[in-house]
Amino acid sequence: MTTPVIGVFALQGDVREHVRTLEGIGADVVPVRRPEDIDGIAGLVLPGGESTTMYKLAAAFDLLEPLRKAVAAGLPAYGSCAGMIMLADTIQDGIDGQHTIGGLDIVVRRNAFGRQVDSFEADLDFAEVDGGPVHAVFIRAPWVEDIGAGVQVLARVEGGPADGRVVAVRGGADGQLLATSFHPELTGDARVHELFLRMVRERS
Amino acid sequence: MSTPEFDRSPSVTGTARVKRGMAEMLKGGVIMDVVTAEQAKIAEDAGAVAVMALERVPADIRVEGGVARMSDPDMIDGIIGAVSIPVMAKARIGHFVEAQVLQSLGVDYVDESEVLTPADEANHIDKWAFTVPFVCGATNLGEALRRIAEGAAMIRSKGEAGTGNVVEATRHMRSIRSEIRRLGGLDETELFAAAKELRAPIDLVRDVAEAGSLPVVLFTAGGIATPADAAMMMQLGAEGVFVGSGIFKSGDPAKRAEAIVKATTFFDDPDVIAKVSRGLGEAMVGLNIDTLPQSQRYADRGW
Repeated sequence: MTTPVIGVFALQGDVREHVRTLEGIGADVVPVRRPEDIDGIAGLVLPGGESTTMYKLAAAFDLLEPLRKAVAAGLPAYGSCAGMIMLADTIQDGIDGQHTIGGLDIVVRRNAFGRQVDSFEADLDFAEVDGGPVHAVFIRAPWVEDIGAGVQVLARVEGGPADGRVVAVRGGADGQLLATSFHPELTGDARVHELFLRMVRERS
Repeated sequence: MSTPEFDRSPSVTGTARVKRGMAEMLKGGVIMDVVTAEQAKIAEDAGAVAVMALERVPADIRVEGGVARMSDPDMIDGIIGAVSIPVMAKARIGHFVEAQVLQSLGVDYVDESEVLTPADEANHIDKWAFTVPFVCGATNLGEALRRIAEGAAMIRSKGEAGTGNVVEATRHMRSIRSEIRRLGGLDETELFAAAKELRAPIDLVRDVAEAGSLPVVLFTAGGIATPADAAMMMQLGAEGVFVGSGIFKSGDPAKRAEAIVKATTFFDDPDVIAKVSRGLGEAMVGLNIDTLPQSQRYADRGW
């Protein structure tokens, strides 16, 4: 089996945690800060962080359009938290003029769970991931308000005031895009990243 | 969709992972001091990852003197309402009720800050008792580890706030990083002596020696006034930057804020730093630390 090269969007956020998790399961990882960094990657990971900052830096350093083109052309991508926002076609509660890479036919609500005092961790059932529930860390997290045809729900919040909210999805023309509201990169459990690597390998 | 064969942990807020994780999300970013909702919007539009709401920037606290306290709740509310990025706010060292009030207002991070007048000369706040996470300043590794032992979920080098002079930030960041490197070369027996010298818990000292880094995110603060200042602190090992008076005490705050954000991301690319450093107008005037009287050295507050 070839080792896929995964690019991690590295303008801001918890880049290191994604790099560590991906390297731990055998991926070659390169940081993506400039348009030329996209050449040769088999998959793209968008980390957690501040989506408004990511958007502004990506636009200022001419990375947004090349990423849009690459994702639209079928580059597999996975986004956690702010990364989910970056992959969504539509944002609610964004700032004026905030745009995304898009590709995933979902409506994402920014900071939907509330402020930092509402940030939480909980166990979730996660479709396509074996071995029991995934322990999910939500930090000022978004949720998926609405999904388009062809988008598959992988996980929902169970119990509490946000019971049933969608927090993990898979979509794109060939199911090559993955997004979670929470941060598997913070827990040491690599099963969500393994799912993404399987998706990358299926295409290459 | 239930899997009864697996034990499930209940949903829980305010854990160390959620508190420290919040700081992980700020990495590579710039957190800007703001005193009004308008300034907060400028910071957000410039690409700040968070804002620090306070009544007076440190440079004005120096000039005006008096007791510096937590900000007016109305002013913090106004800033929370104006932006969608995280909002931090400062409490006095040891003033746990100011921290309770800030938590009640919904701020996303409390800075137990030496820039405000200390409220307790012996004790810092017990930060484990809170759901909201705390960031604390440190001048060296021992101080950083004592704050982490008290529950701080993020550390910033103190620097000397409100001076526009980066020399103290440099000193503190170099000190923290070199002490971390030194621990990496010690054996198990020597770590006990190191913990005694550092006046820090042995468990934390051992963790730092093994990992080669703090167990929480390390930002820099205190005196950063230019894109090059921010980039230098990042090259010295900071994971992100607090800018206080440096932005809104300068000639063109919006432009300087954006330039510092870009220089923090591309801290290792002098071409980018050169480009964003052009045409920024006047930097804040700045103070020489040597001429500051002892009573006005904020970095000496806290222990």
